[in-house]
Amino acid sequence: MTLKNWFKSGSPWVWLNAGAIAISMIMVVGLLALIMVRGFSHFWPSPILMTDLTTHDGREMRIVGELSRSQVLPAQVLRDAGVPIDDDIQLVTRHLIKQGNRDVWGRDFVWYPELGMTQWTYPRDAMRLERREWGDFYGFPVRILEQGRTVAEGDQLWPELQQRIRRANDIFDEIRRIERREIGNVNHRMERVRLSERRLDLQLREGRITVAERDQAMADLAAQRLVLDQEYAVLQARLDALYKDVRRDTLVAQVMDGREWEIPMAQIIRAIQPNDMNVLSKTGLYLKQFWEFMSGYPREANTEGGIFPAIFGTVTMVFIMSIIVTPFGVLAAIYLREYARQGPLLRVIRISVYNLAGVPSIVFGVFGLGFFVYFMGGAIDRNFYPEALPSPTFGTPGLMWASFTLALLTLPVVIVATEEGLSRIPSTIRHGSLALGATKAETLWKVVVPLATPAMMTGLILAIARAAGEVAPLMLVGVVKLAPTLPIDGNFPFIHLERKIMHLGFHIFDVGFQSPNVEAAQPLVYATALTLVVLIVVLNLTAISIRNHLREKYRGESD
Amino acid sequence: MTDASITAPGKDSRPSATLLPSGEKRARLRKWRYFKDGVSRYGVGAGGIGVVFALGLIFVYLFYEVFPLLVPADVSVETRYTVPGDREADTLFLTLERYQELGVRFSSQGVATFFQADDGHIRRQIALPIPEGVAITSFAHGEARQRLVAYGLSDGRAIVGRHAYDLSYPDDVRYITPKVEFPLGEAPVVVDPQGSAIIQIAIQEGPQGFVLAALTEDNRLLMSRVRSTTNLFTGAVDIRRDAFQLPSPPGNTRQILVSGDHRSLFVADDLGQLHYYDISTPTQARRVDSGQVVPEGHQITAMDFLVGTLSIIVGGSDGSVSQWFLVRDDRNQHHLTRVREFQSHAAPITVITPELARKGFYVGDASGVLGIHYATSHRTLLKRQVTDGPIRDIGLSPVNQAMLVRDDADNMLLLDLRNPHPQVSWQALWSRVWYEGRSQPEFIWQSSGATDDFEPKFSLIPVTLGTLKAAFFAMLFATPLAIMGAIYTAYFMQRHLRTVVKPTVEIMEALPTVILGFLAGLWLAPFIESHLPAVFSILILMPLAMLVAGFAWTRMPMSVRQYVPLGMEILILVPVILLVGWLSIAASPLMEVLFFGGSMRQWLTEVGITYDQRNALVVGIAMGFAVIPTIFSIAEDAVFNVPKHLTQGSLALGATPWQTVVGVVLPTASPGIFAAVMMGFGRAVGETMIVLMATGNSPVINFNIFEGMRTLSANIAVELTETAVGSTHYRILFFSALVLLILTFVVNTAAEIIRQRLRQRYSNL
Repeated sequence: MTLKNWFKSGSPWVWLNAGAIAISMIMVVGLLALIMVRGFSHFWPSPILMTDLTTHDGREMRIVGELSRSQVLPAQVLRDAGVPIDDDIQLVTRHLIKQGNRDVWGRDFVWYPELGMTQWTYPRDAMRLERREWGDFYGFPVRILEQGRTVAEGDQLWPELQQRIRRANDIFDEIRRIERREIGNVNHRMERVRLSERRLDLQLREGRITVAERDQAMADLAAQRLVLDQEYAVLQARLDALYKDVRRDTLVAQVMDGREWEIPMAQIIRAIQPNDMNVLSKTGLYLKQFWEFMSGYPREANTEGGIFPAIFGTVTMVFIMSIIVTPFGVLAAIYLREYARQGPLLRVIRISVYNLAGVPSIVFGVFGLGFFVYFMGGAIDRNFYPEALPSPTFGTPGLMWASFTLALLTLPVVIVATEEGLSRIPSTIRHGSLALGATKAETLWKVVVPLATPAMMTGLILAIARAAGEVAPLMLVGVVKLAPTLPIDGNFPFIHLERKIMHLGFHIFDVGFQSPNVEAAQPLVYATALTLVVLIVVLNLTAISIRNHLREKYRGESD
Repeated sequence: MTDASITAPGKDSRPSATLLPSGEKRARLRKWRYFKDGVSRYGVGAGGIGVVFALGLIFVYLFYEVFPLLVPADVSVETRYTVPGDREADTLFLTLERYQELGVRFSSQGVATFFQADDGHIRRQIALPIPEGVAITSFAHGEARQRLVAYGLSDGRAIVGRHAYDLSYPDDVRYITPKVEFPLGEAPVVVDPQGSAIIQIAIQEGPQGFVLAALTEDNRLLMSRVRSTTNLFTGAVDIRRDAFQLPSPPGNTRQILVSGDHRSLFVADDLGQLHYYDISTPTQARRVDSGQVVPEGHQITAMDFLVGTLSIIVGGSDGSVSQWFLVRDDRNQHHLTRVREFQSHAAPITVITPELARKGFYVGDASGVLGIHYATSHRTLLKRQVTDGPIRDIGLSPVNQAMLVRDDADNMLLLDLRNPHPQVSWQALWSRVWYEGRSQPEFIWQSSGATDDFEPKFSLIPVTLGTLKAAFFAMLFATPLAIMGAIYTAYFMQRHLRTVVKPTVEIMEALPTVILGFLAGLWLAPFIESHLPAVFSILILMPLAMLVAGFAWTRMPMSVRQYVPLGMEILILVPVILLVGWLSIAASPLMEVLFFGGSMRQWLTEVGITYDQRNALVVGIAMGFAVIPTIFSIAEDAVFNVPKHLTQGSLALGATPWQTVVGVVLPTASPGIFAAVMMGFGRAVGETMIVLMATGNSPVINFNIFEGMRTLSANIAVELTETAVGSTHYRILFFSALVLLILTFVVNTAAEIIRQRLRQRYSNL
């Protein structure tokens, strides 16, 4: 075939079309792969490199750290940025080294040119410390101090260090338990006493109780407050003792320019020497870090630590949303399909409802903020929580309003899916039931709806998948970057619908774009994104498989 | 089924031995069943209608929040009484404090009378310490929020006072104690050392103290900069004064105004001219510009600054009301410029009172008509007859909810004022507006500023165009890929492969946009910035490479070609695409060195193209990615459902597969494809997170692919939580949500209707 004929036949167009879908596929797979690779590699302990660099002006410096990424770029770009480079060089390779130690240098990620670097080595005793403050620490351990006295050096140092870190971490866990749970509980009860007092004042002013009644109730409350104050004092004393205890040990380590640096043991979460680890111990550490990421609380303005509150918040919110959206969505679908008189009006309503699925989610957020939060929430506050005013209880964004907004957002999804399921049920089944004398309700609830359950499930799963990934409306109606407490805890009434929550999607936005140290936060954002993607892809695949299964099933029955 | 139909009549035929419950019981059961049927019918009906109603509520509520923007201003007379205090003396100035409980009247005798605004009952009278034997010859007030007044005296001195209010809460009830403070001390300040009477005076407090400008009897224009420091220990007030003499104004001066930044001074004369003095360096002060601000033969009858002291509102004896401010020309010279002309009154203007925190003002005229105007939105909100005689004074409350009006006959009216949203007009939202300090009318969105006297700029044009820009680039990227991909998948692709490809692309639709946005902002944007040439080489090389690969494939021996059956071309193309992509990226730094002098970004800047790291290109790719599945899915359905007998007929007549696509498939499926594009557009318009994260969110107006934008949706997300509930800004954001809602709703509905039509057409074919 000649080129001319080939063009005439139109085959080039077919190839271009094939190319378009190939590009789309590559983009999808590439995107998922990018998130996977970056997300999963976050937990793998990477080796610590050491190299000596002779800079352009002849200074020598030693670099210790992890390789973050490398780049080849025209030398001109760097010259424009003020980095001196010889004129005969056209392209330069540079490496982004994570050298940590933000408390020592202020900068933890630094670009270094490859030019002038000696061979990279991986010293076995190079150490990485995961810390509660200032990010990671890289250096070489020197000795351990207990109240200023050296207790370990040389060979015994490493086991001793591990053991003392474990001790410090145990104490720290205890401190956190007391602060979070016990003091949190006392605070919660104190707040309720305070609100009770205010309520009494309000009731007195409205004349619903007498002065004597109020005084008596006040005395009760004062007694309660006294007890709480005492409890608090006890807890505080215990905390003070623990804090003193945890500050006992210090690790002295050498940083890359040879200086010695003291790190309180209380700050250290984990010490590892990745160059000295084999694949097995690395895998163990990988799993451990992965688990900590999923189950831990965030640290350092969310840029480190775990994402448990975000997962918990997302799941709680989606769960409450499902409870609301399922019955209403199903009812509406049944009404539209089974009861409403079919006609032009219904067609308009149906198209409108379907189209609401295409309305920008931010519009739902605006509606949620205006109607739910300010309008309904404000009314609830005035009528049921006057004692807490002017600080709002429900008149501020929170879990309940976030769930309501998302329920509204996902209603069309559930309605569409359920209607589709109902319409797929062969009319012979319906007629059979009616012919046997069943009423319409009996036919509906005992025959049609059970058959359509999988369709409703599909709708619900799609709704959940959509809700879990939405961020824009939630920014307006209840999601915050850092919620001090979880929406469900051991304090009465256990489920706190008025609390603000954390959310995976918002976490990504916040950490990726609002955090002061984006470079350090990036791996964590990828890991969070991975969690969210996995969650949503799994939900969607489930929905798709249910739908396909369903189609096959009814195709068989209706034939 | 057969069992039941045989046994049931059998049972009925032997009533004596029936196992059925008795007739009564059955009737009861039947009743119960019908009752349940009814409950189900009405329950489901109520639930269904409720849900539909709840969804409709979104429209209703958004309208409800936007509606107050359309409500005009209104006043109603609350009470009327005669002017409190000394009736002999003239009233010079009238105002209200922020709780609208007390009013204050400064009289020509130098007495401040504080009275209850609702009944005129005098709360306190304070006589300013005017020295013995000296007469009051002139009066001026500063900007309303400074609450300053100045009396010019016949001995060349001036006394400066400030009305102030102490709050206390005896028995939990607010009690206001009015007082007059003397920021420059109780003793009069010397303005004219020569001691001639001050016939015109102006005062303004600025960051560096007070400026007093005065015109003496012998037509000298003087200016004093006064700074006072209070000794913390002794409480003594130390006054430092710098005096300057300015060139004398031409004509007979009617009024002097000094701006709050102490850089300009305005003098109005009795021929309707306004003179502008540059006093930024007082020793070199000079008259820069003069302008006729009312028609020849008429006079300036009232004049005052708007809040911020940048604009002057001038009222004339012909009833005209106009806004003037200084506009800088090409040679960096300031000129007095008439910016707006408001609806004129029928009678001469007698008084102009600016609002305290907004760019609105209230005008009284000689026929007793009150006018409410707003500068930025160029609106006249109300003109109403409130008294019979000329209005002499208007005292406005700082929160714009009440006002005092005094007429010629010393009648005092307390008016209830409702003027919540004067800033909005169709023009202010969608047309060019000449904002204060700008050299020409512009479209600007800038909703908040650092200072109190900031003029909010609510033009929706930048954000609307930003929305369209983002959607345009997204569609530019997504439409060809999605439609071509859909044609191939639906028409050419092998069936097994299709069952894998279609769900994979559709999964993209469910991908949270926050992830796309994050990747676009943190990964793609820096990547593109450092690999700019690669973007363009991929764009050019990719189609070429596909064609070359396709043609090369036809040249392959049959033994190789049989491994990849028809409809699997994609398998050959994937490695080709990956290779071209990798080559382009790897060669990118080299291309920069060879063609762009080392840095393409720098090169762009040199040829005059602004480059932002987070720009429309990044948004286009990221949002295109989000839109592709929407378009693909619907378009693919439309192509796939083209009846087979049509295509088979075409093929049977000898057309090649591609000719069949162009001649038969596309014409039939084009409405569906069009609907798909519309749906995609609808999604691109409303997308929030991607644009929020992948652009700089600066509301600029241009279609440069290398610059960012701010869209309606991102604007809402950024600003709604920061604004006060019920404020104009809040309602404008609701309005933009409503615009988004209606826009996407219309687009989607149109697409849906087209699709339904198409479905019918297919079934008829």
